[in-house]
Amino acid sequence: MQYSVRHTTTYSYSDAVALCQNQIHLTPRPTPWQSCADFELEISPEPVVRRRWTDIFGNEVWYFSIEEPHKELSITGRSKVAVIQHSATTQRQTPAWETVRDQLAEAGTLEMRLAAQFCFESWYVHYLPQALEYAAASFQPNRPILDAAMDLMSRIHAEFKYVPASTAVTTSTAEVMQRRCGVCQDFAHLQITCLRSLGLAARYVSGYLMTDPPPGQPRLVGVDASHAWLSIYCPGMGWVDLDPTNNVIPHLRHVTVGWGRDYSDVCPIQGVFTGGGKHAMRVSVDVSPIANAGE
Amino acid sequence: MSLTTGTVSAHPTGEFASLYQPSHQFYDEMVSAGGGIRPAWAQFVPSLDELGADGLTQRTEQARRLLRENGVTYNVYGASQDLERPWDLDPLPILLPESEWEPLSEAVQQRALLLDKFLADIYGPQTVLKSGVLPPHAIFQHPGYLPPCAGIVPPTGVFLHWYAAQLARRSDGSWAVLGDRTQGPSGAGYAVENRIIVSRTLPQDFQNSNVVRLASFFITLRNTLANLARQHRENPRVVLLTPGPSSSRYFEDVYLARYLGYALVEGGDLTVRGVGVYLKTLGGLLPVDVILRRMVDADCDPLELNPDSIMGIPGLVQAARDGQVVIANALGSGYLEAPILQPYLPAICRHLLGQDLKLLGAQTWWCGQREQRLYVEENFDKLIIRPAFRQRKVRTHAGWLLSADDKAKLLAEMRARPNQFVAQEPIPGSTAPIWNGTELQPWHVTFRAYAVAHDGGYQIMPGGLSRVAPRAEMLTESMTAGQRSKDVWILSDRPVESVSLLRPLSTALELRRTGNDLPSRAADHLFWLGRLIERSEAKVRHVRSVVARMTSELQPAGLAELHMLFVALDDTWESPVADLDLEDPEAWPKLREAVWEFLYDPKRKGGLLETLHNANRTASIVRDRISVDGWRIVNQLELHPQTSDDESVEVDLGEALMPLNHLLMLLSAFSGISTDSMTRGPGWRFLDIGRRIERALQTVRLIRGLLVDAQADLLPRLEAMLEIADSSMTYRYRYLTTLQLAPVLDLVLVDETNPRAVGFQLVALAEHVKNLSRDRGEFVRSPEQKLMLAAQAALRLVDVEAFCSVNGLEDRVLLDDFLEHVALDLRSLSDSITHTYLTHTATARHLDTLVSANRK
Repeated sequence: MQYSVRHTTTYSYSDAVALCQNQIHLTPRPTPWQSCADFELEISPEPVVRRRWTDIFGNEVWYFSIEEPHKELSITGRSKVAVIQHSATTQRQTPAWETVRDQLAEAGTLEMRLAAQFCFESWYVHYLPQALEYAAASFQPNRPILDAAMDLMSRIHAEFKYVPASTAVTTSTAEVMQRRCGVCQDFAHLQITCLRSLGLAARYVSGYLMTDPPPGQPRLVGVDASHAWLSIYCPGMGWVDLDPTNNVIPHLRHVTVGWGRDYSDVCPIQGVFTGGGKHAMRVSVDVSPIANAGE
Repeated sequence: MSLTTGTVSAHPTGEFASLYQPSHQFYDEMVSAGGGIRPAWAQFVPSLDELGADGLTQRTEQARRLLRENGVTYNVYGASQDLERPWDLDPLPILLPESEWEPLSEAVQQRALLLDKFLADIYGPQTVLKSGVLPPHAIFQHPGYLPPCAGIVPPTGVFLHWYAAQLARRSDGSWAVLGDRTQGPSGAGYAVENRIIVSRTLPQDFQNSNVVRLASFFITLRNTLANLARQHRENPRVVLLTPGPSSSRYFEDVYLARYLGYALVEGGDLTVRGVGVYLKTLGGLLPVDVILRRMVDADCDPLELNPDSIMGIPGLVQAARDGQVVIANALGSGYLEAPILQPYLPAICRHLLGQDLKLLGAQTWWCGQREQRLYVEENFDKLIIRPAFRQRKVRTHAGWLLSADDKAKLLAEMRARPNQFVAQEPIPGSTAPIWNGTELQPWHVTFRAYAVAHDGGYQIMPGGLSRVAPRAEMLTESMTAGQRSKDVWILSDRPVESVSLLRPLSTALELRRTGNDLPSRAADHLFWLGRLIERSEAKVRHVRSVVARMTSELQPAGLAELHMLFVALDDTWESPVADLDLEDPEAWPKLREAVWEFLYDPKRKGGLLETLHNANRTASIVRDRISVDGWRIVNQLELHPQTSDDESVEVDLGEALMPLNHLLMLLSAFSGISTDSMTRGPGWRFLDIGRRIERALQTVRLIRGLLVDAQADLLPRLEAMLEIADSSMTYRYRYLTTLQLAPVLDLVLVDETNPRAVGFQLVALAEHVKNLSRDRGEFVRSPEQKLMLAAQAALRLVDVEAFCSVNGLEDRVLLDDFLEHVALDLRSLSDSITHTYLTHTATARHLDTLVSANRK
């Protein structure tokens, strides 16, 4: 599948902002099943400086700063992304989860040492006894790790209600567990919390999801959203993506932007500004299939 | 030296030091296990005997006095400004022969080099992880490991520009590392101060002992930082970044900045433009080449590091990534401070340096591994329990000192979050003699050694900071009450060269007369310091007049005068006794009580102590801009009630007169210093603007309080007015003894030649604002200039006679209205100056806060 992706974020301020410094993660990253061409970044007003670098997780990061007074800041990332079917999702032979846990703790091989960096607590993910308890029903003794993880994903999908704007970035996983509702970031963080509390390696994936218009209606522009899911490390298969918001193993409809330990590592846009007064933000995302793809 | 110094009968001459009997359980610095004096001390001990008890006590007191005079203090960690304590120094140094020092110094060099390479590795290729030398948890679970810093290679490749090892001896005399300090290690400034004071206290011994000098260390530090500068300018701008006056290390930050000759800046003084770092000054933005950092890693950049940090510089990490600024030490170096790394260092040393590690840390067990945790639980009473990652919120505990309750609590915590804890073998440290006033007592010693990067290796400070305490467990982490410090002398066999920091550079400095690189924040504080010093003076003068009138023989008619005079100390209707009923038989004691509160109650709003404390606090914020003499004066701005055994309220206010006179003298001395010793740069200008505005405001307040009321007897008030405004003498010269309102008003309000008059302040302020706008290269009149022109014109045109007129029972409303306008103009000027020159910075905010509402 080929997609054309456009992600526009606009900030408006009641007073002029004198100075802002920003860091963005908007470039879809290359993976064995995904390639990205022609990433373009449009920023208005024009920044005095733009820098591109690769972070420790391999994601492309942009830094820019604007030093002229402005009342509106608009950032648009555009790219063409090709995604192919990847075989990983069909194979189900994985080791018992306890074996993986012990291998990660022992860190005896290079592969395990590198995977183990996603076993620990991070800014948004903290070991949580209630998460451990919740995960236990899926992680029965000797159950193959991917089976168990997919079962956990299905339970989160079934037992937690997806309610847009029901939570904030500051909402903790413990709170989400109590309220039994949230958005995709929350569900990704929740499942990551469960897996890491068990001693397994899980990372946070940021990206987009291609949505279908309601039957009989034309495709609307800008209704898509940035999306988030997670990836679990299964020896033999490598990293396997899981999307608890939709209860699927992401493949052709998911476009990966980047991954890290949690949201804070791959936040699409973060920035610090001075001035500004009151402010508002608009986001518009478009993921549209390119018609004549060689499928 | 005479052997008959005082009465030392308890310690006959020559046997004095031999009465020192340290425990054989520990290594003693002065006395060997066999009881003999160690060779390095051979020359020093006889001179102790000569000094005798009185001599030692006198030296101890001398050292304390010098420290107090130099204002050497430290903040108890986490305590407020009020808990600033004087630094405590025992004058007896610890002596180490060069022969023993050299191997130790080499071991510290090796350790510094190892830590530098270790940092380069974990923020670079991570070979220690990939080869399995370091387990993943020691990197990825470590809150001090900062992923945004990965991949940043500082210019010249050095990560660790300076470093301190906290050392102590085992019982066998071998050295062990208690901790590594890698983010702008503290204590080096205190080491210098200790050396200065001890060398003054024991000048003979210092001269005779071939003590290796410390200054070479700081010269190297300065050269190392200068060499780092991006463009290798001859005079690169290096700044010392401090977390600010609330930091426990602020005294030392100020001290080091001054000693090394760097501008002391807070995060708000710096800004990232483009990808370079700039210092915000009155003269505009000036590029910064090197930042000597005393702020912890995470606080340095709210964009990429801790978003909650309010003291950081957004974009700083990017500037470092771009190589536009060098940060010493490199961001992320706090990683090395975690005790959890100790067990892996020997293997890492073999891996990275191909050498055996010479200087080992205390043996360490990580509770995250089951067997190790079980060992810790079993041997709990013999171990030190510490946070694995050196977080400041978690304390260090000596297992054997915990109560059963506390032990159970700690064990529960440890089992719940085992990864967060380590245990270490206790290292008691050696003992060394301190003078406690009556005898030499063995106290436990820890020693901090300092290393600075130099020529691909490290140079070690020949000496360091030693902390001593009566019990070993008191020496856990930071300086706390009950500890003292000691100087450490490295004794050479050869005569030593003396070195000074002020040595000429290789090429001549460009002559400079400007000082426009004053940070706007510092200018702001100087402005307020000027205002608060002047406010203090006005209050002292005023309340002195009140007290003087109260304590002399009082006529019944005097009560009303006194009341009016006292009420005028506060703004209109603000006085707590404004409504006092003068017919009330208790009026007199009530007034006395109110005056007492004004003088001595620190919580009294607008009271004298509150004002003095504010002045003091503001001065401490800009300590680096005030001369040592000036600071000494500010330090003495205090007023204490005369303590008497008699608790009764019958306070003798008269006792206050002398201290008030003393305060006035100090305040005048401070004015003298700022007039005579401060260069006429922007710093002085803002201090003086503050003073002028405040003096004018205070005089206006006084006139309104005393002379507007037309009902009461005018004469005593005119007298008080002249007295408080320090204008009696001038008045008498001009008008002899005839007191009248119009000439008094003319003298204190309009007269531009009387330095106490409002008119005089306006002339000075007009000159200041003219210069300010000229410095900015503006050609049209600035708003401040316009404001001053208008105020001056209004004052010059006033009809003093008209002000004196009274309409029936009315007060002097014309005068009151006019004064109100003057006060308003002065306040507008203050606001306008603050707005134009001092608030470069609005607080920075995060875009993140916006995201919440838009999540799908």
